[in-house]
Amino acid sequence: MTSVQLSPAPDSWMTVCEEARLTPGRGLAALLPDGRQAAVFRDRAGRAYAIDNRDPFTGAQVLSRGLIGTADGRPFVASPLLKQRFDLETGRCLDDDAVTVAVYPVRLT
Amino acid sequence: MTTPTIVLVGHGMVGQRFLEALADRGVTERARIVVLCEEPRPAYDRVQLTSYFSGKTPDDLSMVEDGFMEKHGIELYTDEPVVGIDRAARTVTARSGRVVAYDHLVLATGSYPFVPPVPGKDARGCFVYRTIEDLLAIEEYAKTATTGAVVGGGLLGLEAAGALKGLGLATHIVEFAPRLMPVQVDEGGGAALLRTIEQMGLTVHTGTGTQEVVTADGAVTGMKLSDGSELATDMVVFSAGVRPRDQLARDCGLDVGERGGIAVDELCRTSDPAVFAIGECALASDGRVYGLVAPGYEMAQTVAAVLAEEADEETGFTGADLSTKLKLLGVDVASFGDAHGTAEGCLDVVYSDSRAGVYKKLVVDGEGRLLGGVLVGDAESYGLLRPLTGTRPPVSPEQLVLPAGAGAPVALGPSALPDDAVICSCHNVTKHAITQCTSLPEVKKCTKAGTGCGSCVKVIEKLLPKAADKGLCDCFPYTRSELYEIARTLRVTSFAALLDSHGRDGAKGGEGCEVCKPTVGSILASLNNGYILDGEQAALQDTNDHHLANLQRNGSYSVVPRIPGGEITPEKLIVIGEVARDYGLYTKITGGQRIDLFGARVDQLPAIWTRLVDAGFESGHAYGKALRTVKSCVGQTWCRYGVQDSVKMAIQLELRYRGLRAPHKLKSAVSGCARECAEAQSKDFGVIATANGWNLYVGGNGGATPRHADLLAQDLSDAELIRLIDRFLMFYIRTADRLERTSVWLERLEGGLDHLRDVIVKDSLGLCDELEGLMAAHVADYQDEWAQTLDDPERLRRFVSFVNAPETPDPTVRFVPERDQIKPDLTILTIGTLEGATSR
Ligand code: SRM
Ligand SMILES: Cc1cc2nc3c(=O)[nH]c(=O)nc-3n(C[C@H](O)[C@H](O)[C@H](O)COP(=O)(O)OP(=O)(O)OC[C@H]3O[C@@H](n4cnc5c(N)ncnc54)[C@H](O)[C@@H]3O)c2cc1C
Ligand code: SF4
Ligand code: FES
Repeated sequence: MTSVQLSPAPDSWMTVCEEARLTPGRGLAALLPDGRQAAVFRDRAGRAYAIDNRDPFTGAQVLSRGLIGTADGRPFVASPLLKQRFDLETGRCLDDDAVTVAVYPVRLT
Repeated sequence: MTTPTIVLVGHGMVGQRFLEALADRGVTERARIVVLCEEPRPAYDRVQLTSYFSGKTPDDLSMVEDGFMEKHGIELYTDEPVVGIDRAARTVTARSGRVVAYDHLVLATGSYPFVPPVPGKDARGCFVYRTIEDLLAIEEYAKTATTGAVVGGGLLGLEAAGALKGLGLATHIVEFAPRLMPVQVDEGGGAALLRTIEQMGLTVHTGTGTQEVVTADGAVTGMKLSDGSELATDMVVFSAGVRPRDQLARDCGLDVGERGGIAVDELCRTSDPAVFAIGECALASDGRVYGLVAPGYEMAQTVAAVLAEEADEETGFTGADLSTKLKLLGVDVASFGDAHGTAEGCLDVVYSDSRAGVYKKLVVDGEGRLLGGVLVGDAESYGLLRPLTGTRPPVSPEQLVLPAGAGAPVALGPSALPDDAVICSCHNVTKHAITQCTSLPEVKKCTKAGTGCGSCVKVIEKLLPKAADKGLCDCFPYTRSELYEIARTLRVTSFAALLDSHGRDGAKGGEGCEVCKPTVGSILASLNNGYILDGEQAALQDTNDHHLANLQRNGSYSVVPRIPGGEITPEKLIVIGEVARDYGLYTKITGGQRIDLFGARVDQLPAIWTRLVDAGFESGHAYGKALRTVKSCVGQTWCRYGVQDSVKMAIQLELRYRGLRAPHKLKSAVSGCARECAEAQSKDFGVIATANGWNLYVGGNGGATPRHADLLAQDLSDAELIRLIDRFLMFYIRTADRLERTSVWLERLEGGLDHLRDVIVKDSLGLCDELEGLMAAHVADYQDEWAQTLDDPERLRRFVSFVNAPETPDPTVRFVPERDQIKPDLTILTIGTLEGATSR
């Protein structure tokens, strides 16, 4: 069975969940060993992404509950609180250049 | 060679068109052109005259482009009527004494309003309706008047009546003929028109003549009518037809018709070949005086071609179409072709719905060719039918008159028209010419189509590539209601399928976005009634729907159980209290007559729901674009004023429509009497009890832009009330845009409340069975989403804080005390992640 793995720190990988747990188009939150939280997503094409779960605009750990979409060919998640969008590959906020969230490497194995 | 002089007498609509035609053909470069104009201003759009009262200024109405006269070297003299013509000397003399010699003289003097020779007709307060100056005078006088009467119930009479009504006067229309608009419409059409106009509060006296204008001190005080009655009125507008202004021609010995009009041949030449007459003053070679602008324009073209020496066998005015479409007092009226069915052996196809004020008649010949028709109340199809005149339409005539939905071919669009079909009859522009352009402004500029009466604009728009992109978002080129129809008719059940088949090119195969996903999710939910969180649908829901609860600022959720009608037993109140106490939730009575429990972590939701469901509660859909609450007042059972059981009805409505997904949230209320303690008139659908049943109000809104609901129907029985609400809600769901409350939707709906009433009360589109069927399916399939979720361990798995640590609660969701309850601890959110996580 394929599982989704995430790299919380260089050279280390942790298993988040089975791939099947991740509904395409939605995300889930994962607790990292150091207490941080990651938001892990899968898109229709099967690609996985992981960014920090904390919405920098409100402080709440909610990005995993946002809707994902495509803008200009790039994947993003929209925060469920105030709807700012974040690029899933770079963590860059599409609605505010000054804001970025951390991105974690992910793989399906 | 000397330069010839062309003199134009009269600078009205046709005169200006003539000048433009001369310029187009280069005649302005070869000839001196002099225009003598009686009015104080150059040509303006008389057809749109009445729009002055809706805010158009005289400048807006001007038909002369800036710099036109200068550019073409045309000499224009305003306020300079011609008083005599000397044909022998080939000169005209104007009022100021100016004498101008001509080689060619063109008379375009138009018409004057006919005023019947009744005593008192010249009193102060008597007006005609022809020029801007007339309108200014009417407007001024109306300031001191309260009642106005219009003599004449024809096309212009109704326009004038509309203007008086708009000026705030109690308005009467006195028409000699037995029906309104006797020239354009037949008896059935007249009856439909009459009903609608009376409903607007105008008083119509048909079959009644005017015998005398009653005056006191030289001013109008009333009218004596032929039925012996007297009508009190402060002003009178005569609109009893027009007569050609042929006096100049008579005076100089040109031939005129027995009943007026300057006689001309096919090239618009009068009995003196140096003199032409065009427009409303001319008696055409087919023996008619045309009181419409389009035939005048054709005459203008004809004479310009003659003077440019470009006339050939094709040129020449041999008669014109008398088609008209107007919006009189807001009622669509159209007639075209052989409207009265005068051709031998022709047959009528009639559709009449007097309740809706709709009357449609088509005249066809034995072979099924369309000869003409009359449309009252609903002239949508005019733009299409007129160009089909003379042809055998692609579908049967019965289908052409039936309202859409009742077997009519909704799809008979402009694409069905042949290329040479004339779309704009004012300017004689074909479909082909229009499709060469890409936007409406371009069409107007290049072909002039749409700049006359405007009735063709709708069809033109349909012929053009979509001008403004009304698409939902960057992923779909369709509106929500279009997507609804696509999903419904093609039975699309997945977002991916819809995006890949109907998305924009760049968006196909992608993820969609945060706008279209919930919208399509809601459409699929409205159509399928399935559990909204299964399969792909789960990915479409906004986080609130996805968690069947409302997300709060710190990532916690609120829980709102349904309390139908706001009625609750002490036992249930106690359960809510106990649940809140046991989970430490903040409780508050909402503005919707129920109780909100705040501060639940995502992993606590299932346990909280279990307690509530076990006690007989279900989801209140506070998270969904769905029915929220039906508020009630205590009503007849207790209240001394109540006349119906408002609580019972509110509960019945709330249970019927619970779970219904819609373009936006839906709110309702039921009041037990007109004191309206439940504020029903601020709701999407509100119900107020009457002694005889219920009054139904729709389209109300609180929120940022409050709107009072409109009364849709009165004194309904329980069953009638529910049937109407079923239809109303389903029609809204079907046609509204994304996040469009019923109030905004109703404001936008073309035809507004009247149209809505037509569709859902009078069933003018034949949709009601289907709408009721959709609602019946919703009611039958309803299931509580909380219970559905609790029943399925798979579904429950998503209610965890962390997928990799299901037992661990999110440590950042924390609370601090306030007024004996809790509130979110926001400091923990601002310090960032690491500290938050360690201070578990
Ligand atoms: C809880 C409540 C306030 C309260 O403490 O009383 C409330 C709370 C919210 N309202 Fe409300 N509204 C509440 C009654 C109202 C009312 C009064 C009523 O329903 O009688 C109105 C005005 C009436 C109306 O809607 O026409 C109202 C007009 C709005 C609007 C503006 C809607 C509009 O058309 O302008 C929004 C924003 C929206 O929906 O887009 C809104 C949105 C919200 C949201 C959902 C905002 C959000 O997305 O987080 C709030 C979340 C509630 C939650 O988390 O549980 N709320 N809101 C009330 C819940 C009623 C219920 O039992 O379901
Ligand atoms: C309220 C209203 C609504 C209408 N609605 C429609 C409609 O929906 N569709 C439609 O097809 N038609 C409509 N008509 C009719 C349309 O306006 C006329 O058919 C059109 O204006 C005729 O143009 P014309 O140039 O022949 O006459 P006019 O536009 O009347 O122009 C004639 C001009 O000649 C001037 N004149 C007269 N005698 C002299 C003189 N001796 N010397 C100098 N100048 C002189 C007049 O002052 C006038 O300015 C409407 C008319 C009115 C009043
Ligand atoms: S609306 Fe009428 S019946 Fe209802 S509580 Fe108010 S006064 Fe009583
Ligand atoms: S038909 Fe009148 S403007 Fe086109």
